[in-house]
Formats: sequence, structure tokens, C-alpha cells
Amino acid sequence: MEILVCVKRVPDTAENEIEVNSDGSDIERDDLVYSVNEWDNYAVEEAIQMVDKVGGSVTVVSVGDEDAEEVVRREMAMGGDNGILLSDDTFQGSDGKGIATLLKAAVEKGKYDLILTGAQADDGAGQVGGMLAAMLDVPYASVVNFIEILDDTKLKVGREIEGGNQELNEIDLPCVLSIQTGINEPRYVGIRGIRKVASVEIPVWGASDLGIAADSVGGTGAQVKRLDYFVPELGEGAEILEGSMEEVAEKLIELLKAKGGIK
Amino acid sequence: MEPALISPASTVLFGIPAKLIYILIPLVGIGVFAYIIGRRLAPLLKATPDERFNRIPERIKSVLKIWLVQWRHPRYMLAGIVHIFLFAGFLILGARSTQLVFIGFVDGFELPGLGGAFGDFYNILKDYAATWVLVAVVIAAVRRGIFKPARYAVPPQYGREHTWEALLVLGLIATLVITESLFEASLVAAQIQKGLHTDFTAPLTLVWLFKHLLRSTSLSALQGLHSVTYFIHEITFFFFLCFLPMGKHFHVITSIFNVFFMRLDRGNVKPVRYGVADDKLDDLESFGVKVFEDFTWKHMLDFYTCADCGRCSDRCPANAVSRPLSPRFISIKGRDYAFKHYPWIGSNGGESKPLLDDIYSEDEIWSCTTCGACEQECPLGIEYIDKIVDLRRGMVEDGIVPQSLQKPLGALEKRGNPWGKMERKRIDWTKELSDDCPVKILEKKETADTLYFVDSISSFDDRMQKIAQATARILNAAGIDFGILGKAEKDSGHEVRRFGEEMLFQDLKDHNTDAILDSGVKMIVTADPHAYNALKKEYRDLPPVEHISQTILRNVKTGKIRLKPAEDTDKAYVYHDPCYLGRHNSLYDDPRDAIDTIPGLKRIEMEGNCRDRSFCCGGGGLMLFYEPEEEQRMGVLRVEMAKQAGANVIVTACPFCLVNIEDAIKVAGLEGGMDAIDLCELIAEHLDTKKT
Repeated sequence: MEILVCVKRVPDTAENEIEVNSDGSDIERDDLVYSVNEWDNYAVEEAIQMVDKVGGSVTVVSVGDEDAEEVVRREMAMGGDNGILLSDDTFQGSDGKGIATLLKAAVEKGKYDLILTGAQADDGAGQVGGMLAAMLDVPYASVVNFIEILDDTKLKVGREIEGGNQELNEIDLPCVLSIQTGINEPRYVGIRGIRKVASVEIPVWGASDLGIAADSVGGTGAQVKRLDYFVPELGEGAEILEGSMEEVAEKLIELLKAKGGIK
Repeated sequence: MEPALISPASTVLFGIPAKLIYILIPLVGIGVFAYIIGRRLAPLLKATPDERFNRIPERIKSVLKIWLVQWRHPRYMLAGIVHIFLFAGFLILGARSTQLVFIGFVDGFELPGLGGAFGDFYNILKDYAATWVLVAVVIAAVRRGIFKPARYAVPPQYGREHTWEALLVLGLIATLVITESLFEASLVAAQIQKGLHTDFTAPLTLVWLFKHLLRSTSLSALQGLHSVTYFIHEITFFFFLCFLPMGKHFHVITSIFNVFFMRLDRGNVKPVRYGVADDKLDDLESFGVKVFEDFTWKHMLDFYTCADCGRCSDRCPANAVSRPLSPRFISIKGRDYAFKHYPWIGSNGGESKPLLDDIYSEDEIWSCTTCGACEQECPLGIEYIDKIVDLRRGMVEDGIVPQSLQKPLGALEKRGNPWGKMERKRIDWTKELSDDCPVKILEKKETADTLYFVDSISSFDDRMQKIAQATARILNAAGIDFGILGKAEKDSGHEVRRFGEEMLFQDLKDHNTDAILDSGVKMIVTADPHAYNALKKEYRDLPPVEHISQTILRNVKTGKIRLKPAEDTDKAYVYHDPCYLGRHNSLYDDPRDAIDTIPGLKRIEMEGNCRDRSFCCGGGGLMLFYEPEEEQRMGVLRVEMAKQAGANVIVTACPFCLVNIEDAIKVAGLEGGMDAIDLCELIAEHLDTKKT
């Protein structure tokens, strides 16, 4: 099975203190560390496990600047066979539809039975997977937390439904699936693994390689534009507890007791 | 002079001279034994290299102390004393058994040096040896068969009991000493009956006893006994010899070699591959132990040498809290694997398969805190930490790392600390210090004589920052010109290495080494034993490193630090030895002496569980993040030991110990009755800052 996994480089929420910059256009990026979007990591692991079972190959693709190469490489260290970086100055500022357009063009340059994305990204809107499927005119299942290969043409996929319920579907290949965390336990990628793939060539495809009109993507092609970026004002009834961990916990218990939450 | 009885060499058995049979038995016995040993060596020849032919004088010293004098045996008093008697008996009777083999075909044979007066002395000694061996065998059999000490039990997940093997061997040893004594006693009894000269028989020995019992036995019966006991002795002796390499009694043969080759240093971790320098690690095809043949030959010899005595597991904190790890079975399972795949008879078993999920499990390998209690206890010099680390290296390379550890490892890679906190916040702990307690930040082009290496937990953890602050106050009080690296400091990587992520450790080590050398300091001090161990044992070319307890003690002695008397003299303080200060670095007395410099402070010991028998708090570094399967926390057991000793305050000298012990006090419900404090905090509280 030929599987393409779409991955994104995001600021690591666990290892950063995210602050909005002064003009409200973006977050402060000076002191940030980045990693592969958590959901995408599960998608790559799932693809590797599927290929381990039935053969084939895993290709990892990312849209981004030259820094995005590091996440493609990391996922290759994890076990991805090929990597592609979609990068061009004209891609900058793409909205979700623009990203999906670029990915569609990349998909059409290869021959894939299955395309996986993360269900969402730390800094995203959870929209690219669905759009990509529609553009490719293939079936789509979202928030997938279980995959079983039935045969060359069909998969059985499980989806997480609100309230902890589970749904099972049969889906025709080729298709796009957006993967939920918890579907597997992604393997660890150590420094040694990354060094082993350090010299592997990762092709970089720009607008002309993809055959895309530069003005259909990027900032110029974007039909969704960000207006502002801010931390919401403290609303009525909201209170932020301050102090050390112990003090916060103590205050919280007091509050819960006072309001009858605990006895 | 006519002998009283026909000697074995002159007997005729089944119409053929017994001489021939008695030449054949040793030839066959030794031949089979040599063949078995050859087969047993097969996996060692396929093993990875190890450097154990160096430092010969130290190795000879180990053999004399740990093997010959059985130094570690009395740590378990009864079993230890019984073993010392058995071992001494074996050494003494070895010469007699060799002599007996030759007597089968050379009448009156004497080993060189065992004639004359020394021979007479030896004969008395060996008769007593045979006697005490039989007594020791009886005691051992009663322990094994009736009292059944808990540490010999085999939990169901680890297979079946080996009691039968122990009893069989005890039976063989009893047979050897009894037949040897009867062989001699029957001759003496015959000599007495014939009125011939008899050698002196030492009173209260087996020979002496049998001599009296056989006094009125007929000469023909004595002749029969003399011949039959000799025959049984020879058959038993060579059967025993060939049986030894079949199980845990292999140690009778391998122990001297295993002790000779044993670990000489503490606190260190073996290189990924002996003979491969750190900067050549990238060229290695595979890291760590994945298949059996990835072990070093010494580690395989360890498996063969394990006597299944259970001391390691008896002292193992992971085993004590029912984590799925028992060091004893790391060895036994390794040995059984070797026996199965490299059998003494038949062909060696084909392709090697991964050990993980075959004989070892992931949780088993992650459960170890590397506290070193097992290695401290083993009377045979068997190693565990390096095996665990090597197995982890293999797992890390294959991506088999629990999610709970992946986050902190990722954060260490990106931010240089396991919490992923911003580098510039590494100095935040200094902000709460008053102006009269300055801390230089060396990364900002300031210089100092001494570097205080804080390490991650004391830099970032709210509670442990107090240790860093106390350390700064002590260093200031002592008038030491010191500074910290600030954001140029990264985690020492001590646990990163022990959790198998060697390349990340190398990166952290290289980064810190550069930062330290750039700072130009002449001396390093740290209050974190894990950092202390890493800087001292694993970093290279650094200025001298000392633990804060040593700094405190020196400066109290020279009067630079003056301490106020203890306010609360009713409280009993007990010192908990951190593994990486005590067992791994032999710093037992300095922290105790440092505490004792506080006038009027009452300090007690957790007798039986202190110094090199300290019980791990639960583990430091990455172990704080690991979520083990366990029935309770190690820290809780430790706190209960302190309570048992009658302590009100546990003093530690390690931030990780303090985390674990403070948590454990809460879990054990001892809040209010028990406190925990770091040595630095205790000293800082008692600093006498009045100007004289």
C-alpha cells in the first residue's frame, strides 16, 4: 500500500510559553521551539504499521519554509520511506484551502492508495483533510482512531464520536483519513535516528513543479484572512488563581467547598 | 609391610584390574567436562567485546577479598557463614579429591608438598573440613527444605523452583564427604584389628566417628566397604564435576573468573561498544543489546555465574514494590536462554531473535532505578546496571520508549531540561535571593573561581529551587567566589544516558563541557548527586568536582562557616543516603559529618538500611516521569523505615530524593509526624551570620 502522510511543523505547546505579539498579528516566535504536530505523528506511526503488515511505502509531505524540512526528516527517521517538502515564497500565507490545493497537486504527482492527515493541528483549524478529499474527489473519514485493512480496495475505520462512542465504517480506497491521537503509540525518534537520515535528499517542490498558478495560493490566493490575534478579556465570573501549585490547589479546594462542589 | 586392606589400585573388579577402570573414570570424566565447558564457551565467543584484562593488581585484590575471603557473604549472616564453611571445605578437600583420583591407579600416591609434617597437618585439617562440610550441608538442606527462606521462592511468572537442584547438589556433597571418610575409616579400623600402626585420627571428625562404629566389623566387610566407597566417591566426584555446568552450581567453576573480571568502578556506565570512541558512535550499525549475542562476554559469564541466591532481588527496591523486575531473574532468564540456544549437547540454536518480549519485557527493563543495591550485594560480582542500560539503548534505537518518557526526552533535546521550560528561566531561582547573597551568571562574561552546577530540577522545580537558594547562601557564607552558567547550562544528562538515549547524552555532555571550560572556573560544586556523578565519572577534562557536603564540611572545619546550635533538640534526624552519593561514590561520612557539625542536633541511623544498604527513594531524573506498574512507592517504604528507626526528620542530600520522600510522606499519611529536608537547607537554616 502506498501511503502519503501530510505533516505540519508547529510550535510545541508543551515546551513554549505562547504569547501574542504586540501588534496582534501573530504569536511571539523568537524563543519558540517547534516539533511535528502531535496528530500527524500518530498518522505517520499508523502508516508505518500498515506498511509493515502489507508492504508498500510511506511518503511524508509538508508545506512550509525550509525549516519544515526538519519535521519531514524526523518522520523519515521514524520510518517514513520518502519525504517531500512543498516550499515556495508564493505559498506563504496560504489559508486552509490553499494548503489543500498544494497537497492535491502533490498527491497527483504520485500514486497513492491512502492519504493520512492529523485530525487537527495545534495551531490549525482541522480543515485541510476534508478539503483535500473533496478536491481529489475521494471518500473521507475524520477523527479516525482505528484502521483495519480489509483488502486492496477497502478499509474498516473506527471513528470517535462525541460522548466516547465509537463508530465503525467501511471505506473505499483511495481515500483520505484524518487521524486522532491515541490510535497507536508512536515510536520514539532518537538523535541517532535523525542523524541516520541526515543526508537523505528531500526534494523541494515549488509552484512550477506542482503546476500551480502562484496567485491561486499563498497570501494572494487566500480567501480567509486573519484580522486579529489576542488573548480574550477576562469575562464576568472568571477568576484566575495565582500562586504556587500548592496554593492554587488549596484555593481551588476552598472554592469548590464554598460552592458546594465537594463536601 | 603388608597393607591392612587391598588398595583400590590393587583390586580386581569383574575379573579385570580395577586400575584400568580407575584410569578410565577420570579420563572420561575430564573429557566430558572439557567438552561441556567448550560448548558453554560458544556464546561467549560470539559476544561483543569487553575490557577486562586491564588493572590486574586490582583484579587480583577483588579475587582475594570477594572470592577467597568471601567478603560479602556475612551480609546475610547464617547463609553467609554456611557458605564460607562449604567454600573453605571445597578448597581444602580439592587436594584430597585429586589425591584420591591418583590413588585409583598409583598406590599410596601423595600430592607434591603434601608429604611429611605438612601432610600430617593437612590430613587432620581435611578430616575436620569433611566434617564441617557435612554439618554445613545438613544446615543448608534444613534451610532449603524446611524453613524455605522467602528470597529463594520463585514467583510463578519466573518459572519453577530450583530447590530440587539445590538438594541434589547437597546430596552429592554429602556423598563425597561420607564416602571419603568411610574409605579412610575402614582402613584405620582394619589396621587396628590387625594390630598395625595407625595414623592419628582427629577426634570428633567423621573418620573418627566411623572408626569407632566400624571397630567390630569383620575384615571382609571392611574390605568391601573400602572398595565400594572408593568407587562411589570417584563416580560421584566426576558426575558432580560434569553436573556443575548444568545449572546454578556452575558458579563453583566460574566464580573465580567472574570475580576477577568484575566491575572495578562504581557509578560509571559501560561505553556503547568497548573500543569505539564517543565520536565514532555514529559508525556503529546497532546500539545496545537487542539479541543475546549483543551482550558482552563478561555479561554472559555473569549469567553462568549466578548462584540464584536471591540477595540482589532481596535488596532491589523495584522488586520490593512489586515492579515487574527482579534482578535475579535477569540473570536466570539469561542463563536459561544460553543453555537453550547453546546447549551442551546437540546443535546450537539457529538465528538469534530479539530478547524483548521473549525473555525480557519492556516494563521490566524500564523499572530499574540504577540504584546499584543489587551489585553491592552480589557475592559473585554480577553486574546489572550496564545490562539494563544496554537493553534500554537497544529499545531507544528501535523507538520502543513509553509515551511518558518521550515527552521529557523531546524537551531535553529541544530545551535542555525535561520539562521543556525556557532556557532563560534557568536563573529564575536566584531572583528570590536577597541582595547580600549574590549569584554571578558566568554566561554573561562574569568570572568566578568556582562553578555551582545547579542542574535542571533545582533550577526549575518550585520546591527544589529552595535547595539551590540554600546552596548559594552556603557558598556565600563560606566566602567562595562562585557563579552559575545560567541559560548556558543544560541538563547533565545523567539519566538520559541511563535511560539509553546515548546520543542525546553526548550532545548534552558536549554542550555543558564547552560551557564549563569557557567559563574558566577552577572548581565545580554541585548539590545534585546525579549531576555530581555525571560530571565526575562521565564528563572528561573538567576541573575538579565536589559535592556540597564536602564543601560544607571543609569550610566548617576551617571556621569559614559557623553554625548555630539546633533549636529543636527533641527531634531525631535521620540521614538517607542518596544512591549516587553513597553506593556510587562512597560519600557516606561527609554528609553525616556535615549534619553533625550543627551543635546539639540529634542524629540517628536506619540500622540495616543505611550506607551501602540504603534503599532507593524511587529514582531520579527521567524516573520521575516514568509511570511504573507497582503496588506502592519505594519512597513510602523508605519513609516507613525512617519511622521505624524513630526519626522525625529525614535529611537527604539530593533533590530527587527530596521530591520522592516528600511525596511519600503525604502518601503514607505521615504529614505532621515526619518532615524531609535537604542537607543544604538544614545547613543554611543554621548559618550563623553574626559578624564576630
